[in-house]
Order: sequence, then C-alpha cells, then structure tokens
Amino acid sequence: MQFHVNDTFLYLLAIGVVIFVMAQSIFFLVRAYRRGAELGISSADLKKTVKATAIFTIAPAISILLGVITLSKFLGIPLPWIRMSVIGAITYELPAATSTANALGLSLSESIKEPTAYAAIAWVMTLGILPSIILPPLLMKKINSGMMKMKGKDSKWGDIFMTSMFLGMISAFLGMVFADVRSGLKGFIPIFVLFVSAGLMAVCGMLIKKLKWQWLETYAMSISMVGAMIFAVIITPIIV
Amino acid sequence: MKTYMEKTYQYGKLWIWTALIVVLLVPVLICLYYDAWPEGTALLKGLLGVAPIYWTVGCIEVITYTPMLGTGGTFLAFVTGNLTSIKAPAALNAMENAGVKIDSEEGEVISTIAIATSTIVTTMIIVIGVCALSYLTPILDSPILAPAFDNILPALFGGLGIVYISKNWKLSIAPLVCMIALFLAVPSLASSVGVLVPVGVLITLGAGRIMYKKGML
Repeated sequence: MQFHVNDTFLYLLAIGVVIFVMAQSIFFLVRAYRRGAELGISSADLKKTVKATAIFTIAPAISILLGVITLSKFLGIPLPWIRMSVIGAITYELPAATSTANALGLSLSESIKEPTAYAAIAWVMTLGILPSIILPPLLMKKINSGMMKMKGKDSKWGDIFMTSMFLGMISAFLGMVFADVRSGLKGFIPIFVLFVSAGLMAVCGMLIKKLKWQWLETYAMSISMVGAMIFAVIITPIIV
Repeated sequence: MKTYMEKTYQYGKLWIWTALIVVLLVPVLICLYYDAWPEGTALLKGLLGVAPIYWTVGCIEVITYTPMLGTGGTFLAFVTGNLTSIKAPAALNAMENAGVKIDSEEGEVISTIAIATSTIVTTMIIVIGVCALSYLTPILDSPILAPAFDNILPALFGGLGIVYISKNWKLSIAPLVCMIALFLAVPSLASSVGVLVPVGVLITLGAGRIMYKKGML
C-alpha cells in the first residue's frame, strides 16, 4: 500500500478517534448536566459553567492547534491530530517523535517517507503515554476512599488538604515563570505577562464585587488570559 | 439502586478501557494497513528516550490530579489529555465561579461539565483548524503572534493564581517562595514542571499542616 503522511486512511483513523472523544465528552456532559439539575443547581448556573468554560478554552485550544501545525511538517496532519485529541500534549509528542526519529537516524526537517518509521513513531507516542490511561481506573477507588477517610476524620484538614493540592499545582507553574530571568530583560517577559493577567483578573474581581457585574464572572478568566497574551505580543518586540 | 457517583465510576471505567483499545488500535492498524512493522530495537531506543520520564510524570499526574478533578472529570481528562494547559484550570475556574468544592457531588458535576465542555471545544477547534490549515497556518505561525502562544501558561496561571492566592494567602507563601527559588536556582527544571507539581503539593501540605496545628489557618 502506497504510504503518505497525509493518506486518506490516516485521516479516517483520525476521524474515528475524534468521534470517540466527542462521544465520550457528550456522554459525560449530558449525565453531569442532568445530575446538576437534579441537585438543584439552576439552569442559568449550569449554562454559565458551559459558556465560561467554552470561551476560556478557545485560546489554549488554538495553542494546541499550533502543536498540530508544528508536528505536521514532519508527521503530516492525521497523526498529530490523533495524538493531540487523545492524551496528547505538545510537551510530550514532540520529544517522543524526536527520540524515535533520532533512533532511526531520520531528520525532523522533512516529512517521513517510510511507513515503518512512521509506525515506529506512532508506537512510541502511544506506548509512552499509557500510564495516563491505565492508572486512573486502577487507582481511583483507593485515592478517593483515602480522601473520604481523611475528610471524615477531620473535615477542616480535609478542606486544607484539597486547597493545598490546587495551590501546589498553581505554585509550580507560577515558579516556572521565573526560570528564564537569568537571560536578561527578555526572561522577565513571562513574569510581566503573569502580573498583567493577575492584574486584569483582580480588576474583573473588583468590578464584579463593587458594581455587582455578575455577568463578568463568565468572561473574567478569558479576559485576563487573552489580555495578557495581547500584552505579550505588544511588549515582546519592544524588549527583544 | 446505584448512586450517580457509583454509576459515573462504572461508566468511566468502561470508557477509559475502551479508550485504551482505541489508542492502541491506531498504531496496530497503521502497521497492518501498510504492512510496516518497525524493528523492536528502534522502537525500544525511541521509547527509552521518553518512557522513563513520561511514565513517571503519568503516574504522578494520576495521583495528583485525581482528587482535584473528581471521578467523571478524571476519567475524561486523562483520555483527552492537555491536563495542565486546559482541563485542570477549566475545572478549577468553573468550581470557583460556582462556589462548589470537588469533594461534594455538586463539585463533581461542575468539574465534569467543565472538562467535557473544554474537550468538545478543543476538539472542534482542532477539527476547524485541520480543515482550514492552509489558511490558518500563516496567521497562527506568524512571528507577530508567537509571543502570545509562548506565554500562554503565565497568561493562564496569572489569573487563576491570584484567585486562589488571594483567598489562601497564608497557605500560598511557602510553596510560592520554594518554587520560585527552585526555578531560579535550576532553570532547566522548567522543562519538567509536571514532576514538580507534586513537590509543590508536598510543600504546601507540609506548611499547611504546621500552620493548622498552630491554629494559624
């Protein structure tokens, strides 16, 4: 069979994967939405959650699309499309493709011609992320029962424990922003962006509180993120 | 009669094991269709370059994010990926706006709705992007827009961070100081930030426990 990185067969595989992902998401969305209504969460609040999340997702989703574009120069469109739709992240997929290409002595500057090399990369990309899909069903009950036990013993500590998990994650990503400061003023750009984002969120928070602009809650996260990204576009050419 | 949570767990398991088959079918079908079976040594070499770090990160992520995302959210987020850049912030933001906690059923529901919505939107944007790739590539790949996407994580975590830090400022001091110091001392750690998430969690838990025992929280 004639191989090409953008072969119709590969597109059909990608479409199959996308249909699966959409089906799973719609299934969980409908169940959760119905349960939310049963629990007495108002329809307006449920709709607000959907709307706010949808708007918030657009910018990071475009950055994922950029990942597809980056990888497509080497792997064509279908495989990066599949990988970015299931358990994917550019931070993993690019090293996986690079590692296999290096092992096979291939260059990343041109698209793959050999189906064997392509299959090898597809296997490495798949096998490298398997723990993320195998472990949740195996560990979830243990993790959840541990959390319940702790909460039952001391509910205040249980709350602090959960908040600590969130703050631990946030602090790791906030700390990472400071990693490049040794490279001079250029390395401070992510810090400036971080503060602009935080500042915009603070302004939104004040407007919601003082002026009772509850509608702004839906957009606050998106405004702070997109505003900070626009700031990055403006400030980078000035600094670099 | 089974509760919503019990059913979510059962359905979640069913979906995630099916997802495993779907994921594995992709390389299997590529090999079968093109009759192209890669050599074991090349595969092993490629895998050795990524598996040690990514299997470790995968294990850590499951333990760290499962309590944060809830049952439905976890099953969905681990299948669809992009946990730190979309799914976890989406769930956190939605729960914060709705004023619910993940250890309640309301929190479970809101987290699942947020993760499902963000997955649908992401998938649709990639589909649109793939269909219009030739038109979009020059725009998205332009050097003018590059700084926006290079800085997506600080843009995202700045807004999210201030919400959580302002509400829990005492608990935030220790992990923030430690993490900033760590990244200043070893900048190369930025490439493996996933591994440092549980470190941040442990530091916060340690500091939180001490402050809780002393009645400071």
